[in-house]
Amino acid sequence: MNKIRVVARIDVKNEFAIKGIHLEGLRKVGNPNTMARNYYNNGIDEIVFMDAVAAYYDRNSLRELIQEACTDVFIPITVGGGIRTIDDIKNALNSGADKVAINTKAVQDPNFIMQSAKIFGSQCIISSIEAKKIGENKWEVYTDNGREPTGKDVVEWAQHVEELGAGEIMLTSIDREGTKKGFDINLYQSVIHSVSIPIIASGGMGKSSDAVKLIKHVNVDAIAIASVLHYKIESIKEIKNTLLESQIKVRI
Amino acid sequence: MKIAIVDYDIGNVRSILSAFENQGANVFLTSDKDEILKSDGLVLPGVGAFSHGMENLKSYDLVDAIKEYAISDRPFMGICLGMQLLFEESEEFGETKGLGLILGKVVKLPTKDSQNEKLPHVSWNELNSNKAPWENTILTDIEEGSDMYFVHSFIAQPRDSDNILSTTEYSSHHFCSSVKKDNIYGCQFHPEKSGPTGLKIINNFIRMCQT
Repeated sequence: MNKIRVVARIDVKNEFAIKGIHLEGLRKVGNPNTMARNYYNNGIDEIVFMDAVAAYYDRNSLRELIQEACTDVFIPITVGGGIRTIDDIKNALNSGADKVAINTKAVQDPNFIMQSAKIFGSQCIISSIEAKKIGENKWEVYTDNGREPTGKDVVEWAQHVEELGAGEIMLTSIDREGTKKGFDINLYQSVIHSVSIPIIASGGMGKSSDAVKLIKHVNVDAIAIASVLHYKIESIKEIKNTLLESQIKVRI
Repeated sequence: MKIAIVDYDIGNVRSILSAFENQGANVFLTSDKDEILKSDGLVLPGVGAFSHGMENLKSYDLVDAIKEYAISDRPFMGICLGMQLLFEESEEFGETKGLGLILGKVVKLPTKDSQNEKLPHVSWNELNSNKAPWENTILTDIEEGSDMYFVHSFIAQPRDSDNILSTTEYSSHHFCSSVKKDNIYGCQFHPEKSGPTGLKIINNFIRMCQT
């Protein structure tokens, strides 16, 4: 088994890091750059910045945020939210991001994934999928930060984005997001057997044992953490120690 | 002391620039042949497809300048795709010729389907020593087993195993994760994205450029 990547997810609105529940009811939790630097210094493996309202605001703040982050954070940085054109990707990468996460635009125009993977390489195209449970082992793809249903089945969509050339999938459970009730294990179980690209599990972690429970059941490649870090419930070191004690390999 | 980073429109070069600056280097991006030939250290970055990388080097007319620099005995480092381009050829999207500075070719990373191992290999993974000693190389004072950040589907296979500076294990296969031939180095991993240990490797390279 690979080392599990422990990823800090920082949702951003204008110049603030925010956190909601079910991607809604957003509350300010700090300065995104200060938080990213702090997580880096404490051993996080990767940072994801998600612009919660990117579609409605101008993007300059996000660009400055990434430019600043990459002067003192020397681990992979992903940017998502409002990526709609090839130029958006180019801007994000030129600002210092290593990967972009694409959701809404990919659903509207699946060829966008193929086109961008061809230009920039699969390794920097993450398909961000927001999943809402609609039945027994059935999830629907949502867009626009959990607001818009699409009628698409999550498992089928995950297979499709892999075929189109996405290099990774960040799969967020809208039902668990912000609840600290643990990961939706069934969701990841359903998707992991249908695709062969890496999966980042996002949404629901309230304590490190939630991650152990998920990884023991499903061979995900990475876990994205927000609340546990933003609200200082556990430190990165504590989380990694819990994983190590459960024989789950991580970078130390 | 000036270190040049080759700018040929292939991926995120800003973080490499930041990492070198963070370690105190006088570093700049360039697509200019003369600047490359005048530099005290040269870095060839790159992510993505091998053929795309070679095409861009050709369209920027930098192939000869890089080859000329490489025989000058000054420090040269290729990172990720930049390491792969040092070799003779790649099987990615058919055969494509590389710079041919190190003998060997670039092939797809072998995986075992039965183990559910994935491509691309996106992970932190360990550096293990091979025959070549690490002292006085970019891996000076790096601990065996240190974790580096990898993101790739292809690997370089040097024809002369003495060129293998480190190996890394993925899907029960030990591949060449860094390479050294005289003044030429290559890292399959991203030192600029591998935290403090990665910065140490960059620092080692900077020191070489100063002497």
